[in-house]
Amino acid sequence: MNNILLIIQREYVTRVKKKSFIVMTILGPLLMGLMYAGVIWAAISSVNQKKVEVLDESNLFKGKFKSSEEFVFVFKDDNIANLKKSLKGSEFDALVHIPANVLENPKDIKIYSEKGVTLELQSRVENAIEKEIETIKLTEAGITKSVLESAKMDVSSETISLKEGGEKKSSAAAASIIGGICAFLIYLSVFIYGAQVMRSITEEKTSRIVEILISSVKPFQLMIGKIVGVALVGLTQFGLWIILSTGVLTFGSKLVGDKLMQSKNAMTEAQMASLPPEAQEMAKEKMQQGGGISAEMMPNLFGALDTLPLTTIIVSFLFYFVGGYLLYSALFGAVGSAVDSDTDTQQFMLPITIPIIAAFMIAQFVIRDPNSNLAIWTSMIPFTSPIIMMVRIPFGVPVWQIVVSVLLLIGGFIFTTWLASRIYRVGILMYGKKVTWKELGKWIFYKS
Amino acid sequence: MFYVKTKIKNNNRSKFCPLVHEKSLSNKFLNFCFFSGNFEEKTNAMSDNILEIHNVVKNYANHRALDDVSLTVPKGVIYGLLGPNGAGKTSLIRIVNQITAPDAGRVLFNGVPLNEKNIYEIGYLPEDRGLYKKMKVGEQLLYLARLKGLSKDAAMDKLKEWFIKFDIKTWWDKPIEDLSKGMQQKIQFVATVLHQPKLIILDEPFSGFDPINATLIKDEILELKEKGSTIIFSTHRMESVEELCDYIALINKSKKVLEGKKLDIKDQFKSNTYTLNYEGEMADAALNFNILSNQKNMDGSQTAVLKAADGKFGNDLLKEILEKVTVKSFKEDVASMNEIFIKAVNESN
Repeated sequence: MNNILLIIQREYVTRVKKKSFIVMTILGPLLMGLMYAGVIWAAISSVNQKKVEVLDESNLFKGKFKSSEEFVFVFKDDNIANLKKSLKGSEFDALVHIPANVLENPKDIKIYSEKGVTLELQSRVENAIEKEIETIKLTEAGITKSVLESAKMDVSSETISLKEGGEKKSSAAAASIIGGICAFLIYLSVFIYGAQVMRSITEEKTSRIVEILISSVKPFQLMIGKIVGVALVGLTQFGLWIILSTGVLTFGSKLVGDKLMQSKNAMTEAQMASLPPEAQEMAKEKMQQGGGISAEMMPNLFGALDTLPLTTIIVSFLFYFVGGYLLYSALFGAVGSAVDSDTDTQQFMLPITIPIIAAFMIAQFVIRDPNSNLAIWTSMIPFTSPIIMMVRIPFGVPVWQIVVSVLLLIGGFIFTTWLASRIYRVGILMYGKKVTWKELGKWIFYKS
Repeated sequence: MFYVKTKIKNNNRSKFCPLVHEKSLSNKFLNFCFFSGNFEEKTNAMSDNILEIHNVVKNYANHRALDDVSLTVPKGVIYGLLGPNGAGKTSLIRIVNQITAPDAGRVLFNGVPLNEKNIYEIGYLPEDRGLYKKMKVGEQLLYLARLKGLSKDAAMDKLKEWFIKFDIKTWWDKPIEDLSKGMQQKIQFVATVLHQPKLIILDEPFSGFDPINATLIKDEILELKEKGSTIIFSTHRMESVEELCDYIALINKSKKVLEGKKLDIKDQFKSNTYTLNYEGEMADAALNFNILSNQKNMDGSQTAVLKAADGKFGNDLLKEILEKVTVKSFKEDVASMNEIFIKAVNESN
């Protein structure tokens, strides 16, 4: 026992002291922060409005093109040849030409631009025209405007989950985001830390120190010590990532948020001054609306988070993180002990990585239908349960299913650890031999 | 059942009682040794043998690595474990280190069946050397020492002594990969003996050392023996066996071929020939010896190799020779370890 602790301590300390660990631990949250900053920057830069002039020969669409944060539409009365000529060098980025016979020939609309037309502008123009033509045609068919208005209902549903504790508002979106993140983290950690265990076992074997070590400790102790040591490194790294990135995000968003507001105000004011009065009004309205929406949305999201079984999620994340890691790292360890160098690991890696990758792919379906048969079965099988169950848990899973899954996973990693230790004890002393699957199988049944 | 048991016991005794005798214990004790049924139990705790291996068998998938091998290693000696490549030496050493277990047979450490505690009393230097390449010298030695059951403080104290002794104080914070191969070997040697084991197993300890460092290690081995450690020494280099070993055992093709005191074995292998350098004329004297070869030297003297007749020894030969020729030198031919090794291996093949 004492020796296992010593081994764990060495594995932990040497890894945590490594430069790569420190760099990755600090860089992780910074990268996240950068991503966050990138999104904000993209939001700011999209405020850069494009001016579009519209020549409407049909006279049907005047005032129907709503200006937005991205586009300002200005209607012109001129002939198309002049406008085309003057587009170059003018303040406008694009020219939309709607011919007089648009109702009969809707494919004749043309958009001219110097730099190529963005898809967004194209679809916006098409949408606006389609909608308008639709209205015109419906009116012609005798449907009044008020009927049309009442037909256009804004639908937005609220999902409510029925539980013993009564009705609870839940958010499928929040649940799938949380579940997806947890599953992804487990997927990632199994690969990162499992591979670390494998590599370090191969290293001990090829550097020949292993024979000295196992003259002091049992091979099983050495293997378990390494697996637990690396697990602690993983937990430390994730813990630090969570703390650091929360810190970076709260601090960063405060800092960036204030600046963002200032710059946004300054920018839009400058832009507004250059707009025609009509467009100015519209833009102002739009901005106020936008601000209102995002302010309302935040408490909504947090409210949805509250409805999720957060404690269950955190506890089960820790469990499935550790369980999944233990299950797979033992197998990775067995591979590491069987080969002479990293390059030989490929042939044995595939059968181990396939269930993990499969689980991650199945998770995409499970997010959409967390209570399907596939979801239930794969969340029981220990090789896929760490990922699949984590996807399901935020949606709420019956207790018996969690219990069965947990017990099976515990049984699963005890089994893989036993299996791995049988291979390990033979493998670490086997040099210069290309090992086959058949041989690995034989090792399991060797006497010590 | 009882009969079988006593028989085995007597076998054991016949093996180690001569050793008891050497330690000049009284005959009374020997009698006690033969006639007290309780003897084995009582002497177990204070056995004169650090290691007894009885009828050990070890099978691997396709071959038998050890076939009914029995060895007895007395305390405080340097014991040479010899044998050609693949004879089963490493398998045996791994069993003693409890890296593997024998399929049959018993191993006694200090009179008691080998158990986990013995790990702390054995130091092992494997033939394939290796250390953590990126780990610092000091940390690494501390770690290995603590795995051998030393407390951190005790390990530190011992390490300081060795670092002063080998004059390697500046290496403490260097990663192993920055050291030369010879330097790494030194570190490994320190790691092997740091916890002052009762039994030290060295597999080819001199490989990779230059003559200066080899001598340094040799002196350390002798000093460890002085301090009471027993050293099992596995090697192919017969000159170091000649120089260091008190006892030897030879294993060939999974079986023990030879075991005993080096001097006894040399005796056993002597050819009963003598080399004589003389002036004058000499012919066979059938009663005492035959001349195997004779050659004339530059200085006019002659050198002959004489084979003594059965039951005749150096003195008998000399008596006869002295009457006939002028003796310049006369020497009994002693078999070298090299010759013994080759002869024994070939015979057993």
